[in-house]
Amino acid sequence: MATQFPPPSKRQKREAIEATRTQAPAASIPDGSIRIRFVDQSTGQSGTLPVLTVPLSQATTSNLNLLLNSLKDQADDDSIPYRFYHGESPEALGDKEDVYNALVKPGRVTAEEEVVLQYAPQAVFRVKAVSRCAAAVSGHGDNILAVQFSPRTSSRMASGSGDKTVRIWDCDTGTPAHTLKGHTRWVLAVSYSPDGGLLASGGYDNEVRIWDPEAGKQIGGPLKGHTNFITSLSWEPYHLQQQGRPRVASSSKDGTVRVWDAVGGRIEYALSGHKGNVTCVKWGGTGRIYTSSHDKTIKVWNAQDGTLVHTLSGHAHWVNHLALSTDFVLRTSYHDHTGKIPPTPEEKLSKAKSRFERAATLNGEIVERLATASEDCTLFLWTPLSSTKPVTRMTGHQKQINQVCFSPDGTLLASAAWDTHVKLWSARDGKFLFTLRAHVGPVYMASFSADSRLLASCSKDTTLKVWDMRTGKLKQDLPGHQDQVFALDWSPDGERVGSGGADKQVRIWRN
Amino acid sequence: MPQNEYMERWTKQHGKRFDYEERKRKRIAREGHAASERAQNLRGLRAKLHQEKRRKEKIQIKKQIRAREEKSVKTSEPAEPATEALPSYLLDRSNERNAKALSSAIKQKRNEKAARFSVPLPKVKGISEEEMFSVVKTGKKTHKKSWKRMITKPTFVGPGFTRRPVKFERFIRPMGLRYKKANVTHPELGVTVQLPIISVKKNPQNPLYTQLGVLTKGTVIEVNVSELGLVTAGGKVVWGRYAQVTNNPENDGCLNAVLLV
Repeated sequence: MATQFPPPSKRQKREAIEATRTQAPAASIPDGSIRIRFVDQSTGQSGTLPVLTVPLSQATTSNLNLLLNSLKDQADDDSIPYRFYHGESPEALGDKEDVYNALVKPGRVTAEEEVVLQYAPQAVFRVKAVSRCAAAVSGHGDNILAVQFSPRTSSRMASGSGDKTVRIWDCDTGTPAHTLKGHTRWVLAVSYSPDGGLLASGGYDNEVRIWDPEAGKQIGGPLKGHTNFITSLSWEPYHLQQQGRPRVASSSKDGTVRVWDAVGGRIEYALSGHKGNVTCVKWGGTGRIYTSSHDKTIKVWNAQDGTLVHTLSGHAHWVNHLALSTDFVLRTSYHDHTGKIPPTPEEKLSKAKSRFERAATLNGEIVERLATASEDCTLFLWTPLSSTKPVTRMTGHQKQINQVCFSPDGTLLASAAWDTHVKLWSARDGKFLFTLRAHVGPVYMASFSADSRLLASCSKDTTLKVWDMRTGKLKQDLPGHQDQVFALDWSPDGERVGSGGADKQVRIWRN
Repeated sequence: MPQNEYMERWTKQHGKRFDYEERKRKRIAREGHAASERAQNLRGLRAKLHQEKRRKEKIQIKKQIRAREEKSVKTSEPAEPATEALPSYLLDRSNERNAKALSSAIKQKRNEKAARFSVPLPKVKGISEEEMFSVVKTGKKTHKKSWKRMITKPTFVGPGFTRRPVKFERFIRPMGLRYKKANVTHPELGVTVQLPIISVKKNPQNPLYTQLGVLTKGTVIEVNVSELGLVTAGGKVVWGRYAQVTNNPENDGCLNAVLLV
């Protein structure tokens, strides 16, 4: 028998309440100072930054932020929030934490030694975690297979469904804006062009169709040529496009990738060389097209003339998905978090180009990294511009990996797998960071928020989950779907998350 | 020695005729003609008997053909195209379908309100108290009043159970007849998994047996299904689910149950 303690007396209760009322957090930090060296996490160098002696009582994360910004001569307007990492720990210091309580007190450092803090710049804006279902819109007559937000604004979202239609939703009011009819079988992929002016959709009927998402009309006829269903679509990056002649690449189960002139409605060229189902196509920002296939290879093509540049091999089974470190900027081109759209085409072009270069530049050179997820339960990280050998192989998943995605700032890599886990990796060197465990069914997709601080994942277990990237913990559990969730997208401005699945309802989630 | 054994001995000693196989093949090849001739020329009762025999044979042949065809269908099954709309990453995958059938089947059953109270074994044979309990007569006092009972059927005893002092222990549940796990079959999927028992929910024989955790045929038990990965509509993990015992565990030495979905 466990002994039951008597309830606390009135005096004890009063003292407990008193203790919660009067807190003295600052007093607990002793006097003294600590020497801190700042090191750039991406390069591992401290550069010209001096080693600083900081009083322990002042060494909070926000003060370190101020200090680092002033050291780098970043005044109020262009100051950047930083995250500080210590040692091998994948977890950064919290925004409300300080060096004493986080590092000195648990004994991770002593006050005598020099503390090396790696800093990583964060997005200057913050995305709030979505926490509620703002709208559950019925309309589709069959399973929803793909959703994507417009890069221009989160108030427009397109969804492709098994009922042969593409629908465009007005997410402000949660009502349908347009129903785009034309496909004769399921719509498997939808993709907005980087400027948001066009929408491409590909279906089980082997056709690609181009739509005007504002008017809800089809542009030209169906783009025919594939002999099996379309698996994915990718637009030519905005800064590479010939003005007014955007091109779109479509991959198909027939083993080819076709590049179409979206406005002219003609095929430019077909990339044939894969021996199996092409699962994913991505158009890189340096004029390369990357394709992954069931024949276990990844091929890199020159987008100018459609010639094969490299074949990357290493996987032992189907390659299910591939992601580029620049996916986010290529998708959003000149649309950034400020919502300001440059007035002239030249400025748009230069902004899109500069955004791409900023995202892709590492140590002064443009590096486009490629991550591939495979059926053999591993991921590979490649730098296809410089080498045909993989940078690293990431193992740890117990079952096939369905999807992989880079964070918008290019520092993190998330992989969603059938083993019900999402795993986080450092996108720089492929180091394992966290396993996100909470789903009880296979995780189909994951999507980062625009500020890279949060991740949403959707699963067969009918739920969406939002994760905090700093701690690797569950932030929000979002039940609501009646059946498995096939498609998920976090809007590029971070306002909304859209999802759809086998319950035929599009759900829009907000904070 | 019976006649056929003489024949066997003869063949063993002298071998078969040289044209044995040939004659046999021809006789079999000729059988159709012979049967046809008989069918055309038999009259009266013999014709009737022959037709009846032939009809039965034909039924057997048709059954065999059907079984053959089914077998051959099964071998070439996995390349079937998807009938339900699926995203491109789920197309071309055949092995992942079973689990889906499970959750939608559960949902459909749930919608049918009437099905909620129906169980696979609606009726059970009654068990008398004499069969269930044996009287324990050890010791002077116990012998005199005969108030102590031993349960002769398998039981489930919770993990935290400790026996009461001998003086107060009226029912003894023998250690050898205790079960912790049940072989649970999912009726739609046809898969059987060994799952730990959580509790005995209802023994149809007697509320007292429910209390004592007696496991007889027809008993409804709760099993731990957390490793099957079932989820509710709200996204919560299901970990307890009812199952009904389908065998006589006292006779079989194992506990088989069917999941109530």
